[in-house]
Amino acid sequence: MTPPLLEIKDLHASVEGNEILKGVDLTVRAGEVHAIMGPNGSGKSTLAQLLAGHPAYTVTSGSVRFDGKDLFDLDPEERAREGLFLAFQYPVAIRGITNSYFLRSAVNAIRKHRGLPELDPLDFLQVLEDKLKAIGWDDSFMNRAVNEGFSGGEKKRNEILQLAVLEPRLAVLDETDSGLDIDALKTVAEAVNALRSKDRAFIVVTHYQRLLNYIVPDFVHVLAEGRIVRSGGKELALTLEEKGYAGTGVGA
Amino acid sequence: MTAHFVAAYKAFAANGASGAPPWLKEIRERAIARFAEVGFPTTRLEQWRFTNVQPISETPFELQRVNWQLDRFPAGVTVSTLGSAVVTAPDFLRAHLGRYAAVETSPFTALATAFLADGIVIRVAAGAVVTEPIRVGCRIPHASRPMTHPRLLIVVERGAQAKIVEAYEGDAPGISLTNSVTEVVLEAGAQLDLCREQREGARSNHVAASHFHQDGDSRLVFTTVALGAGLVRHDIHAVLDGSGAHLILNGLSMLRGQQHVDHHTTIDHAKPHCESHEYFNGVFDGESHGVFNGRIIVRPGAQRTDSKQTNNNLLLSRSARADSQPQLEIYADDVKCTHGSTVGPLDPAALFYLRSRGLGAEEARGLLTYGFGAEVLDRIAVPGARERLDGEIRARLGVPEMARSAA
Repeated sequence: MTPPLLEIKDLHASVEGNEILKGVDLTVRAGEVHAIMGPNGSGKSTLAQLLAGHPAYTVTSGSVRFDGKDLFDLDPEERAREGLFLAFQYPVAIRGITNSYFLRSAVNAIRKHRGLPELDPLDFLQVLEDKLKAIGWDDSFMNRAVNEGFSGGEKKRNEILQLAVLEPRLAVLDETDSGLDIDALKTVAEAVNALRSKDRAFIVVTHYQRLLNYIVPDFVHVLAEGRIVRSGGKELALTLEEKGYAGTGVGA
Repeated sequence: MTAHFVAAYKAFAANGASGAPPWLKEIRERAIARFAEVGFPTTRLEQWRFTNVQPISETPFELQRVNWQLDRFPAGVTVSTLGSAVVTAPDFLRAHLGRYAAVETSPFTALATAFLADGIVIRVAAGAVVTEPIRVGCRIPHASRPMTHPRLLIVVERGAQAKIVEAYEGDAPGISLTNSVTEVVLEAGAQLDLCREQREGARSNHVAASHFHQDGDSRLVFTTVALGAGLVRHDIHAVLDGSGAHLILNGLSMLRGQQHVDHHTTIDHAKPHCESHEYFNGVFDGESHGVFNGRIIVRPGAQRTDSKQTNNNLLLSRSARADSQPQLEIYADDVKCTHGSTVGPLDPAALFYLRSRGLGAEEARGLLTYGFGAEVLDRIAVPGARERLDGEIRARLGVPEMARSAA
């Protein structure tokens, strides 16, 4: 059996002195798709952002190993270069910087770390076109400032485009479905499915089962009050949808 | 120390300037009388609250000729010195000179007008379309305590189009005063892209007044980029005096050390159906200080005015400071006026976002700072000017080539 890509053990974390995560255990292997569901305030987004290195969260105990390395020894940019990617719930607008320049800077930072030569604008353009084609989008917002004036759906698409271009080993999708109508949701899900591979793992954080009709997970975990209280296969999501979190004895 | 400047004027009027025609002498006399009456402004005046010009008033500056730097000019445009225009086009000059930059608007404008002699006159004939940019440069002379009063008059006649760069530069380490006045007239349907660059030394004082007068259906895109001086005070007055006039006012200041910049802008919507968009961004490092005062006047009857003002200030150090003051005076009821301003450090959420994509902390900070400037520079429509300024700012912040050809 391959060693786990991500191994979270008894993780406790707090923000401004309030403990949000109260002992999370989770193991993710390459090729797997894990869904983390849970009611509002259960700690789902905290877990997602903490993995990416958001400075607001303090780890009080426990450990996270990413590809055998202690994740907490790594700065956010080092985590990204090692192959961890967070699709933000609320992507940030960057004034004055075009999407294409931003993406090229990110790709080159990661390539440099891997000992690969930087891509010049033309090479990058080729890579970008291939990725855009693979996920069925045109390049209409590549020359706009990053997320500036983007609709909710465009921002989420942009996150998935970054995922496609940066080719991480572990992608954490933080409520990527929030604020999407059904058509946008399908498009985003199709793009994610196209990126599934035996070398890449996903953690899909969501409040609703709806997304999981389109991105079918291998495992479903229910997070409540800072702990994973139930784990199962994809059918667990359907049970939750039918009975609600309270109906399964969770977060009541 | 008003007396020193008045005495300098007397010497000037008695010597080199004595050959001027009576109408010009009269303009100067009125101006020095005004200056002598009001003197230098103090920080007790609301308009000068944040900018202390006492060091200027206490320095015995010596009047110098302006060191103009002129390139070859494109066809379709007449460029002449003020001295020769006085002879060749006196009626034209009398119709415009000093008509927009009233000496009452600022003591420095009064002072500059008193010494009115050194100027460049650009006239774009009706209907002419000049696509090649016209560049007028002005360097601080190498002299002890130099004081210059560069004057520009730009008239874009009916339906004509032009692109102009005015650049004020100097790296002399000593104290200096550049006190410039630029008057711009856009006749009906005229279009002008005007870009102003200013980069001077740590002890340079740069006081400027830009006065724009726009007739109906004219369009002006003005971008001013202040890249540092000991003290910069720039007053911009625009009068939208004909229905359908359109103004875009862009400003970017990038300061460090103990530099100071103060922009006072006034947009006067005198007629209905005019549009003005104002975007000023400031980036302040070290102990530098930025001031922005944006006044918008909508005159009675100027219905359907559409006016938008934003002023964003980025503070890169704890000692840097920015003051932002919008001032709306609206005397019509069917108008759309919005304004917004921000002052603060780099957005931590944006920093985290960039770092989460693999960019190092320093690189992320540089890129975010650069974006603040690029946002303004991207609106420059003068060929070559945007690229040059973009390169300059990138070099300062250590941000690699943008290579916009990509995607």
